Amino acid sequence: MFAQLVDGIFWDIALWVFAIGVVWNILSIFRVGNKPDYSEPRGSAVAGAVATNLRRFMPRSEMVSRTRLQVIAGYLFHLGLFALLFFAAPHVLFIEAQTGLGWTSMPYWAFIIAAQLSFTGLLLLWVHRVMHPVTRLLSDMDDHMASILTFIVMLTGCMALVEAFEGLRVLHRFTVEILMVYFPFSRLMHAFMFIPSRAFTGAWFGRRGVKA
Amino acid sequence: MSDRLEQGLDAMRGQMDTRVMSYLSSCVHCGICADACLFYTETGAARYTPIYKVEPLRKLWKREYTFWGKLASSMGLVKPMTESDLSDWEELVYDGCTMCSRCSMVCPVGIDIAYMIRKVKEGLAAAGYSPEGLVEAGKRALEIGSPMGVTLKTLQATIRVQEKETGIPIPLDVEGADYMCLFSSGEIAGFPEFIGSLAKIFKATGVSWTISSEYFEATNTGVQLGNSRLAATLVERVVSAAEKLKAKNVISPECGHAYTTIRWDAPNIIGRPLPFKVVHIMELLDELRRDGRLKTEGIAGEKLSYHDPCNAGRRGGVLDQPRNLLDMVAPDFVELPETGAMNWCCGGGGGVSSNERADALRLKVFDAKKRQLDAVQPQGLVTACSNCRHMLEDGLEEHDMHDIELLGITELIADHLVEETG
Ligand code: SF4
Ligand code: SF4
Repeated sequence: MFAQLVDGIFWDIALWVFAIGVVWNILSIFRVGNKPDYSEPRGSAVAGAVATNLRRFMPRSEMVSRTRLQVIAGYLFHLGLFALLFFAAPHVLFIEAQTGLGWTSMPYWAFIIAAQLSFTGLLLLWVHRVMHPVTRLLSDMDDHMASILTFIVMLTGCMALVEAFEGLRVLHRFTVEILMVYFPFSRLMHAFMFIPSRAFTGAWFGRRGVKA
Repeated sequence: MSDRLEQGLDAMRGQMDTRVMSYLSSCVHCGICADACLFYTETGAARYTPIYKVEPLRKLWKREYTFWGKLASSMGLVKPMTESDLSDWEELVYDGCTMCSRCSMVCPVGIDIAYMIRKVKEGLAAAGYSPEGLVEAGKRALEIGSPMGVTLKTLQATIRVQEKETGIPIPLDVEGADYMCLFSSGEIAGFPEFIGSLAKIFKATGVSWTISSEYFEATNTGVQLGNSRLAATLVERVVSAAEKLKAKNVISPECGHAYTTIRWDAPNIIGRPLPFKVVHIMELLDELRRDGRLKTEGIAGEKLSYHDPCNAGRRGGVLDQPRNLLDMVAPDFVELPETGAMNWCCGGGGGVSSNERADALRLKVFDAKKRQLDAVQPQGLVTACSNCRHMLEDGLEEHDMHDIELLGITELIADHLVEETG
């Protein structure tokens, strides 16, 4: 009964809340608009927007030694999560069943490595969040909720794949649904909003001829 | 809710745009920006974390612009903002930030934090939470036309001295000159030889220029305060002076803040394009060099290094020009570590230098600059901003670094000028 709900109506609700929530959130931000910039540009705003979007994937060399932990942990977590999300065998099958689009999944050993890297990254980031005076000052409920939910989703997902037990699969999908409902109203929106943020900054500096 | 709180919040509401909202929705509270900010790195105090300085704006956004915030507010589940949400940030924003934008260069999600700190200043200024020193400077700018109280008489006296020293007449109120030159009060009062150097260079290169007696101040205390109305009044004075003299080009002096303000911010402050082109003096000199009109002879014998003024460089894009010019006269030039767009601030930008209350903190955060200087140990430090020069002077004095000579780049070029262009 619970499995039917999770695979049926719960999933539909989660998907709609996620999709509508994300679109609504983005529209409500873009509806406000920006004032025009009347200054005469020295460089291209568009080129700046694109370049900064790419450039910010790498930390500035001047910052590496001071921010090594956050950068490495951030990479481990995000790359591991990306691999799990799009290349774990059950996910590939699921996406294919839903959309008709399929691609090669990663082998089991790669899944284990991706999961380990991702868990390590997430835990390091979280420990840093609660231990470091700066992140402790900045962090709020939302940050902790996002970390905990992501951790639970990853944990149930790994358990489901490793144990191949139907109950765990249902539990994993249920936690994903909770995360999807939480997502649009939380800091997890950075997964979308980092693109316009980088673009605005890149464009602003780009007009001035500065590589940001 | 008190009137001043409401005025402050209203001013911040007026600053909320798509860019700010994108930034606030993207921040992951990773804390990386802290490590780019001299106020955090040199004091170790977490509250100087750049994004934390934006907290009043974030709180307002969270309550009034987000789904949960609006829901919780309508149900009375969140505490309303109070005056301390503004007053407690006055010191952080005005004393603990030079608007240098270094933090904006490092955020992994691309947030321009300095852009938002400027918005917070609008709220604090509207609510009356601004440092007295800066408020007084703003009054002087409005009443006298200079934040330091430099009057036309002072400028005229300075011009007379410089004319005597250089033997070159300095043109005042010449209609139709190609360039109208602005100065910062700091230059007129502290480095008057800058004006004489310009006279020498412009004579040698055949540039037609003038100074307006109606308005010659390049800095804008309204921008430093976060008071848009004052900022607009001061920009309009420049526009009116340039229009009266029919100047097609306006030269921003070495002051970095003045350059960013008049070149990049001014059109947006008054809501229309400027009727003239703005060039930083480094841009003009570099252009003259490229055209073969600016020629130098001899070299500066010492090992020289360059301090990028944050506003001219990182925020203004004048990064290569001073280096091209130094290339002409300083063969023993050595870059500071973490230079160019990632240079460390002198500690006195963004109005901090006019805010006496912040003096001790400013000298403390100078340690970042000291570290850079210790790494290369130059004999001379060149810069292109009179405010930076004052701040560097103070910092070097404080740290007994008397061996390092401070130089202005325009004067350095003027000292090596080939005066006859043939
Ligand atoms: S570096 Fe950017 S994302 Fe990280 S805390 Fe600072 S502003 Fe937020
Ligand atoms: S603009 Fe400069 S001083 Fe201000 S918070 Fe950012 S790094 Fe610090």
